[in-house]
Amino acid sequence: MSIYLNSDSKIIVQGITGGMGAKHTALMLDSGAQIVGGVNARKAGTTVTHKDHEGNDVTLPVFGTVAEAMAETGANVSVLFVPPAFTKDAAIEAIDAEMPLIVVITEGVPVQDTAEVWAYLQGKKTRMIGPNCPGIITPGESLAGITPHTITGKGPVGLVSKSGTLTYQMMYELKDLGFSTAIGIGGDPIVGTTHIDALEAFENDPETKAIVMIGEIGGDAEERAAAYIKEHVTKPVVGYVAGFTAPEGKTMGHAGAIVSGSAGTAQAKKEALEAVGVKVGKTPSETAALLREVLA
Amino acid sequence: MDLFEYQARDIFEKHGVPVLGGVVATTPEEARAGAEKLGGGTVVVKAQVKTGGRGKAGGVKLAHSPEEAAEKASEILGMDIKGHTVHRVMIAQGAKIAEEFYFSVLLDRSNRNYLAMCSVEGGMEIEQLAVERPEALAKVAVDPIVGIDEAKAREIVDAAGFAEELKAPVAAVVQKLWTVFTAEDATLVEVNPLVRTEDGSIVALDGKVTLDDNASEVRHPDHAALEDKESTDPLEAKAKANGLNYVKLDGEVGIIGNGAGLVMSTLDVVAYAGEKHGGVKPANFLDIGGGANAQVMANGLDVILGDPQVKSVFVNVFGGITACDEVAKGIVGALEILGDEASKPLVVRLDGNNVDLGRAILREANHPLVTLAETMDGGADKAAELANA
Repeated sequence: MSIYLNSDSKIIVQGITGGMGAKHTALMLDSGAQIVGGVNARKAGTTVTHKDHEGNDVTLPVFGTVAEAMAETGANVSVLFVPPAFTKDAAIEAIDAEMPLIVVITEGVPVQDTAEVWAYLQGKKTRMIGPNCPGIITPGESLAGITPHTITGKGPVGLVSKSGTLTYQMMYELKDLGFSTAIGIGGDPIVGTTHIDALEAFENDPETKAIVMIGEIGGDAEERAAAYIKEHVTKPVVGYVAGFTAPEGKTMGHAGAIVSGSAGTAQAKKEALEAVGVKVGKTPSETAALLREVLA
Repeated sequence: MDLFEYQARDIFEKHGVPVLGGVVATTPEEARAGAEKLGGGTVVVKAQVKTGGRGKAGGVKLAHSPEEAAEKASEILGMDIKGHTVHRVMIAQGAKIAEEFYFSVLLDRSNRNYLAMCSVEGGMEIEQLAVERPEALAKVAVDPIVGIDEAKAREIVDAAGFAEELKAPVAAVVQKLWTVFTAEDATLVEVNPLVRTEDGSIVALDGKVTLDDNASEVRHPDHAALEDKESTDPLEAKAKANGLNYVKLDGEVGIIGNGAGLVMSTLDVVAYAGEKHGGVKPANFLDIGGGANAQVMANGLDVILGDPQVKSVFVNVFGGITACDEVAKGIVGALEILGDEASKPLVVRLDGNNVDLGRAILREANHPLVTLAETMDGGADKAAELANA
């Protein structure tokens, strides 16, 4: 078991012919994920060829629309490597096609576009992960995104994080244990899947025995997650928050990572999590040690 | 990006929001000319700083003639308001104010939509009003697809409790402010105060606008002209010119890493380590992203070594997509490119993809400035120790 993504997931790539799209299509295939095709309206009818994880050539069809790709391949996941100016339209196309899961990797999407996509998605059949995220990996089964599949394998830990490289770092720290699923939800002010969504899914996933939650400064997502954990999560959760030393009013790389006033500080998030019994590490390595403790 | 008041005023005017005349000035002479251009009568000379409380600090002064405007401008220019140096003033037309109101619309991260806030009690600090008399501040959720149409504008002014005869004219201004919000891709448009003048018009007297940097990059090339180049740190400007994501901080340990989250985390770990080494702190945030090749690494190191406060540098890279041997080659190449310019000790911690190869490359290069660290915590400790030496 896992959350949102497993070995049966059939993945298409929107933007499969672009630089990022091509590079990561190859890496996803190398991980063993079932990539079944791609979309680019201007290159419909062509194909792209990559190697699978056994080194055999795989030729993938490029479709003109998401709906067509779904009809032809039975795809149920779409990964978006579409430039930020076109991300909104690409996401709405996938939502209209009733794609069950879309993973938006693109960084730099205007926040009003994301707000519109999120509003449009209400009441529809699609779950969105991202934007500006590394995507989701269920080690040994599937990968929809850019997380290196070589870090570690399957195991009992569920991970949800705003940050890509911190996800990798934490997977590396706990590589001997392995992960059920690791999901990077993205660092933008508005994202489609939240810490709370992932916590709920991990709570319901029998394979996940403990959860690591990585947050960072900005917004109140971690505080809300703390309130959710108190009411609904019975599995052990450990936390980590980045950005204790970030100065007020400065953006630290992620559009969402900006501290304004008293809300959104790392300290406030740490306190909110500790108040509901979540142990919070001061560093990634200490967080890994705490996870080992709760899992023991 | 936060805009200055005069920039917000100009943008308001562009989208049909009623504003008073306003001219920006960087010298007393320009202030005099500005006051003359506005008719030579009473004007307000307002410090242009991106912080609140400028009135209390003496940054807003009334002037009854162009000569007086020049005089007041010379008093205000160069003033320090909460750490912000005043480089510009706005000469604003005087107004006879009958009533002051408040309006804002902003991105609501928690609810993933927008929030409009409106009050018939404007002029004061809105945070204070929200705490002391929350019932006086109407909050209305705005759907990102529908936006503030006529019905929503009416809902907002109704909720704020405007007098019947003011509802239509205020609602009309609210709709225009919504146009500003969407047309310019703002995350905040705030008017405080929105006033009714004695002659009965509704005017946006002071505005605050925050633009979404992503959107400016994607579809508003004109926004680049709004950047405040004078107040930008020269190292930050240099980094930006090289496409690097750099924020200058006040410390001694230069930081280079990949990925915003990992770099933020590195700053924290270095700050903790610094507690044991004379209180040294991180000197900067620098995210070199995924492709840590020699040129990117050299550009990053060049910016960091340009900071005279820096005593040591901690390079903390997790090889995810980028393999550690590539990163190691990048570091060795960067040190070659920089030559004698590279003069501070470097602590390098690599982990992840091809880590053994990466470490072997650095060991073989055996550069006198480079120390290898096994872990992130160990590297932070070593870098802090070297910065305190």
